[in-house]
Amino acid sequence: MDNLLERQPDGLYCAAGGFYIDPWNPVERAVITHAHADHLCPSSKRYLCTRAGEALLRARIGSEGLIEAVDYGASVTFDGVRVSLHPAGHIRGSAQIRLEYRGEIWVVSGDYKLDADSTCAPFDPVPCHTFVTESTFGLPIFRWLEPTEALAAINAWWRGNRQAGKASVLFAYPLGKAQRVLAGVDSSIGPIYTHGAVETFNRLYRDAGIALAATQYARSAPPKTDWTGALILAPPMAKTAPWLRRFGDFSTGLASGWMRIRGTRRRRSIDRGFVLSDHADWPALLTAIRSSGARRVWVTHGYRAQLARWLEESGLEAHAIDTQYEGERDDAELPSDEAEP
Amino acid sequence: MKAFADLYAALDETTKTNEKIAAMSSYFRSAPPADISWAVHFLIGRRPKRLIPTRELAAWAIEEAKIPEWLFGESYQAVGDLAETIALLLPPAQATSSRPLHEWVEQRLLPMRDWDDRARRESMIEAWREMSDRQRFAWNKLITGEFRVGVSQNLVVRALAEASGVDANVLAHRLMGDWQPTPDFATEILAKTTGDADVSRPYPFCLAYPLEGTVEELGPVHEWQIEWKWDGIRSQLIRRQWRTFLWSRGEELITDRFPELAAAGALLPEGTVLDGEVLPWKDGAPLPFTEMQRRIGRKELGSKILAEVPVVLMAFDLLEHGGQDARERSLEWRRAELERIVAAAGPESHLLASPLVEGASWEELQRTREEARSRGVEGFMLKRRGSPYRVGRRRGDWWKWKINPYSVDAVLIYAQPGSGRRASLFTDYTFGVWDQGELVPFAKAYSGLTDDEIRQVDAFVRNHTIEKFGPVRRLKPELVFELAFEAIQRSSRHRSGIAVRFPRIARWRTDKKAEDADTIETVRALLPPG
Repeated sequence: MDNLLERQPDGLYCAAGGFYIDPWNPVERAVITHAHADHLCPSSKRYLCTRAGEALLRARIGSEGLIEAVDYGASVTFDGVRVSLHPAGHIRGSAQIRLEYRGEIWVVSGDYKLDADSTCAPFDPVPCHTFVTESTFGLPIFRWLEPTEALAAINAWWRGNRQAGKASVLFAYPLGKAQRVLAGVDSSIGPIYTHGAVETFNRLYRDAGIALAATQYARSAPPKTDWTGALILAPPMAKTAPWLRRFGDFSTGLASGWMRIRGTRRRRSIDRGFVLSDHADWPALLTAIRSSGARRVWVTHGYRAQLARWLEESGLEAHAIDTQYEGERDDAELPSDEAEP
Repeated sequence: MKAFADLYAALDETTKTNEKIAAMSSYFRSAPPADISWAVHFLIGRRPKRLIPTRELAAWAIEEAKIPEWLFGESYQAVGDLAETIALLLPPAQATSSRPLHEWVEQRLLPMRDWDDRARRESMIEAWREMSDRQRFAWNKLITGEFRVGVSQNLVVRALAEASGVDANVLAHRLMGDWQPTPDFATEILAKTTGDADVSRPYPFCLAYPLEGTVEELGPVHEWQIEWKWDGIRSQLIRRQWRTFLWSRGEELITDRFPELAAAGALLPEGTVLDGEVLPWKDGAPLPFTEMQRRIGRKELGSKILAEVPVVLMAFDLLEHGGQDARERSLEWRRAELERIVAAAGPESHLLASPLVEGASWEELQRTREEARSRGVEGFMLKRRGSPYRVGRRRGDWWKWKINPYSVDAVLIYAQPGSGRRASLFTDYTFGVWDQGELVPFAKAYSGLTDDEIRQVDAFVRNHTIEKFGPVRRLKPELVFELAFEAIQRSSRHRSGIAVRFPRIARWRTDKKAEDADTIETVRALLPPG
């Protein structure tokens, strides 16, 4: 039988159901795993996403486009293809997309992680015949510590800076990572300020009832605010912005899976790297693939050739698929969503 | 080993000088002398020879990590550092070793030399199993002989001074020369009294900064002593207790490499230290530095090469006189004594006093400076009259006023990933110039771009690869860079027939297209006559 999905110029396409999954160009109908910019292209006509992800999606695409939102696990049928969305544990509202057609089941996992995260529903393994996995950190050098250890390291760094009379500027992905940090840091250490891009998403998380540490939008802080001892959360792209100057003497940190490698941290001249990722590390990728029970795996964005080869050597049928997803980027081309709250 | 691995991590985690010094001085305050000696030894960049071939070390790590060889290769490619790749791939650490650093080094590292492969393998695997992640990384760095933490000797000295209360200049001097990392050494360097006995010990070199701004900003010309800036091997020639030592700035004892100067030492008064440049010299003028490299490259110094490339010490300072440290004396005093000593050694001594250049104004000197290239020098050295001989690189008293480098516009044609800090980015570039419609490789350059530009070039490389040869990418010829270099020579070893010295990227010529780059003819026109 034909593949249920095929790689078209605009993205992964399900011909039987007439829809795309996370297309990178505008299309008629898009089923969306999550609201990060490399998975969500604005200007499509219709979107299907999770109810938990709807507000984030709307914030990203603007007022154009029709959004249909469904609960995790509920199914919708497009031309006989049954589509349901299941928690991926990546960020709030993120989903694995399950497709079922004539007894054939595919799961597109989007971006995912297995680690604990109080800001989103935990990854839920979905049995399938073909599993489409990311491979952002698809090498065995990528192995995360417990997230609680990374958060403890952030707390210790913040506390130390406070004692040394400095502010702490922590760079983190403005959607997902920043909120995960806010849900986990010890807010008794000092006040927390945010860059506009972070604050926009904080509001959406809080609106959904997610408990985050109290924050203040840095730009609306009164003049002559004493930043000593404060934690400032900003997107990585703000690193070179003149915006930073106001904070006086500060130490910089970056929360990213790439901080596992010294070279990437040193190259970016960041004082401290915290290994905290919303993506699966190598052991988690292998666990997720195994628990899907799939005999066939498509490997997208990241170390796809390497992971595919490993899976082949482990007796699975694996294909490296070229997509335009980017995974965890902590540099340059972040979405320009410096929205003001 | 725990404290040392933590120190390594702390140094690695900060880019700030003060924090590095604080981390080191707190280590020096609490570590036992036996550990301090080894720590200083490694921190100032003395490293053991590579004890285990990379291939073996990788093979054992592959076995221990239970992954296939190709996956190790892919991981190494992503990390760019062998010691780190291994530390990241080993199964999660279960333990932390509490053995002190000196035990690890003296009982486990140094003896490896005499062990067979099986014993080495067992020792390595055992070590990995005993250690935490941080310890494994520091250990691997020691084993691979790639221990670098980005602290200069100067910083180590400052940290030792902070921890011990001993004057930094005294400490700097004690760290020079050929000492052994014994517990006694640590006790001795941190001692308050000065019983400095080592007869071979050189002084820390005074280093010059390149001139910033205009030369007029230095004030009146008569406040400065002006010399040519020679391109040789910066060295100290030491005569103490009837023995001669020649030290390079890299702190290598090179007396044996230069028998002419070993002999010259005997002509110096007892207790003399000269600072100068060892130059290849013939018929009253320097030979190209490539000649010196030819001589350095020889294992055996036959009479032929000694006759073809004789050397002199172009002396320009006197650091010790009659057994007394002369560094606090004025420049004029040291200069006068230096001239007397060189004159007394005689014209056949292979010792010269670097001639002083006279000029009534900066403008006049600017004109004289134009002769630099034909004289085979790099420009001028400007030294403040009345100044002492300082330790290390300090702003203010010594400036190098170099002639503008040569420059050529060349096209980026090959790229390959860097290592260490630049792992997983394409940062090693080969540039070509046009030769009858074809780009011939002309120079390699690694530095000169900002981090931001490096990322842009990296993205270009990834999207414009025409061909891959292992890690090397052949690129679509599109990007043009201005390369600067100090000297240019004919070379039969290079395809372009040309070798350049110290090539680096001066700027990215985004305004130029590949076809606007220079041709080999233009480059050849820069060659010295002959």
